Amino acid sequence: MAEGRVVGIDLGTTNSLIAYMQGDSPVVIPGVDGSNLVPSIVALDPMPADGSRPTVTVGNTARKALIETPERVIYSVKRLMGRGVSEVQAELKLFPFRLAADVDAANPNEVPRIQLGEMTFTPPEVSAYILRQLKRNAERFFGAPVTQAVITVPAYFNDAQRQATKDAGRMAGLEVLRLVNEPTAAALAYGLDREKEGVIAVYDFGGGTFDISILKLKDGIFEVLATNGDTHLGGDDIDNLLLAIALDEIRNDYGIDLRPHADAVQALRKAVIEAKIELSFKDTTHFDIELPNGTRYQREIPRAVFEDLIKPILERTAVPCKQVIADAGINPEEIGEVVLVGGSTRIPAVRRQVDAIFHLSTRGKKPHTELNPDEVVALGAAVQAEILGGSAKSTEDMLLLDVTPLSLGIEALGGVVARIIPRNSTIPASATEHFTTGVDGQTNVAIHVLQGERELATDCRSLARFDLKGIPPMSAGMPRIEVKFLIAADGILHVSAREQRSGKEAQIEVKPTYGLTDEQVESMILDSFDNAEADFAKRLLIEARLEAETILAAVERAPQHPAWQKLTEDEKLTIDALKSVLQIVSTGEDANVIRSATVSLDQATRRFAELMMEEAVTSAIRGKTMDKAGEDLGDEIQAPHPMAAAEFK
Amino acid sequence: MSPLKVLNSDSTAVPVVCWSCAVAHNESTLFCTACSKVQPPPGVDYFQVFNLPRHLQIDLASLEQEFHKLSRKLHPDRFARATEAEREFSLADTALINDAYRTLRDPVRRTEYLLKLEGEEIGEEHAGHNTGNAERTSRVPADLLEEVFELNMQLDELREGDQKDPALLSEVGAAGEKFSGMLNELDGNLQHQWALWDDGDAATRTAAQKQMVALLDRRR
Repeated sequence: MAEGRVVGIDLGTTNSLIAYMQGDSPVVIPGVDGSNLVPSIVALDPMPADGSRPTVTVGNTARKALIETPERVIYSVKRLMGRGVSEVQAELKLFPFRLAADVDAANPNEVPRIQLGEMTFTPPEVSAYILRQLKRNAERFFGAPVTQAVITVPAYFNDAQRQATKDAGRMAGLEVLRLVNEPTAAALAYGLDREKEGVIAVYDFGGGTFDISILKLKDGIFEVLATNGDTHLGGDDIDNLLLAIALDEIRNDYGIDLRPHADAVQALRKAVIEAKIELSFKDTTHFDIELPNGTRYQREIPRAVFEDLIKPILERTAVPCKQVIADAGINPEEIGEVVLVGGSTRIPAVRRQVDAIFHLSTRGKKPHTELNPDEVVALGAAVQAEILGGSAKSTEDMLLLDVTPLSLGIEALGGVVARIIPRNSTIPASATEHFTTGVDGQTNVAIHVLQGERELATDCRSLARFDLKGIPPMSAGMPRIEVKFLIAADGILHVSAREQRSGKEAQIEVKPTYGLTDEQVESMILDSFDNAEADFAKRLLIEARLEAETILAAVERAPQHPAWQKLTEDEKLTIDALKSVLQIVSTGEDANVIRSATVSLDQATRRFAELMMEEAVTSAIRGKTMDKAGEDLGDEIQAPHPMAAAEFK
Repeated sequence: MSPLKVLNSDSTAVPVVCWSCAVAHNESTLFCTACSKVQPPPGVDYFQVFNLPRHLQIDLASLEQEFHKLSRKLHPDRFARATEAEREFSLADTALINDAYRTLRDPVRRTEYLLKLEGEEIGEEHAGHNTGNAERTSRVPADLLEEVFELNMQLDELREGDQKDPALLSEVGAAGEKFSGMLNELDGNLQHQWALWDDGDAATRTAAQKQMVALLDRRR
């Protein structure tokens, strides 16, 4: 295996970044446009006229499409990672994109797919496009391929969300050496330049998630004591709240419901975000948006009003903070330093809240904001990448000991959860459980694995169901099956089993409750995606229809052209007949039939195309320049000529 | 159908020959004494992992030091580019030292673990559901935790509020005293039994064992 560079990636809800260690310090790699931040926005370009697969664009280029073609753009996809259909459906109420029509909402195991123009994508695929863009940026920067990466995830991400992130990496052609928790990564970035000892808290309030972690630093060891958070709490929630308020106001005061107009909603969302950002450094902001009926929605928002509106959202960050302090077994006063991460920590009200929770100003302390809160996670990921790469002097004494954010349990009798690995256990962590049969001759035992803190299985997150198969038939209670649960350093669960009396390795069939199978991931690897057969057939049909439309439109205009009069009546009748045929078949589903009808019409109009060309040349000879002749003839002389023979591969 | 569980477990068999250099080594080693390559997890108990006698009075600072020392050598981060076998061993070994450290550094978990090694059964009749070998620790002080939490919030309210509500203040003070009194008493008793167990003869040990089982039951 090539010992190439390992890069660190922050795959964020709003923005994504890629960084590496340049000597002793981590550096963010900018994109082609010179920007360090790649907006986590993925857009599908319009279907090209030649019918080839539309290009997928990522980042600032995709952002432009947000307002022009909102139905072809997806953002904040991180909020959909590792989630089931019904959860995604609930989430999408606030977003302009929708689930694909053929997603079976009744099937709880189906991985949701999002409709984007004429195509559909799973959330890991969308993330893979973002990762591929970052990978390309780094490859352009190094002039060498990049194949290994560390990717950060919110500390409070569960197993399914972590697995989905790893899948995305694989689809993008990256070997994900490690998933690292975002607040921990931030601590690494801060701890690098200083010999630090003591207890620190990392308050990470980003675009879509909130994490709080408490770490103990000692001799280069970064030991996470406890972590907590909310994977559904971030700047997005502030945006959505303000957006909902604005939409209601516009409906009540102006009688216009903007909700069905995706482009208007996007424009309003953009204005809301700008207002939010402005209120972090100004006392008041001004809203001025043109509504579809020509009137303007104008509004003044003082910071005090804004802070009142977002208060319930900010208060939601206090609960995990209290819990994490309790779990770490410390007093707030023992926390020597607080590090702020994520764009939402720029909001002054958020900083006041942090100050109150950790008693900072009363102790004469200030939170750390020296590193750019948008970049610090990526920088930390680069540090962890260097640690994994080995050999580097600057990181050789550093070691990160992270924890699992949620308790792991199995469903026991009566639907209660038996906890086998408590939350905040240092990972890797393991637990061994023994199972037996309840009925004579039973050869299967089903095990339901859950993640969460609640007492009942139905209140916890279902991770997977395992079937222990091939147990040798014995009397009830005789088999002794040892199942080992191991949470790896990524926070991802691995399970193995053994029947101890017969010594047989019990077969395990893992059915992840949410998520893609290995085969599905394989088929979604971006470079092989073009070959997917169903996709290909659909594409052929779309292409064929587009070609038919193009030639039909041209034929429709043909009688207005002087060259038309030079055709014989026979020729005109043939063209008309073939035109009707194509009009009918192009509504059908068979790409081949549409294509042959298109070819026939194209051949029948070939002489007309030649006549048109002659006409153009004659006008040019009559003392006009070619340019002028082109203008006079309108768009018909422009290449590619609509009547020119269609090229079929 | 929910599966039934079998209690107590055997330790797993261990190879006594280094997978890499084929030199025979002590069973309980994490690294080969000859070639210092990482070895599969040895079948040892948590005390043996840290080379500790089976005692309940533990020096937490040196336990942490030993834990950090082993982590530096064994953590999967150190083997990211090693062979697949070594990565697997590093993962399993690190899980073992993490499980051991998590258990031993906590007084209640440590006591429970030792009692279980000594053949005692803890808290089964209180569990309300069959947990088998599952860790019980997170359930231990559920209602207690809630009360403590409530207390914390009241404390914060007091800290943040401009004027101190005297009723709230005395309520918090009383609750605080009650809790710390309860815990101190229990922990004091427990520590007393630890000493008896660590230093006593067989009869003292057996008596201490029973006492500790009873104390742990009261904690829940």
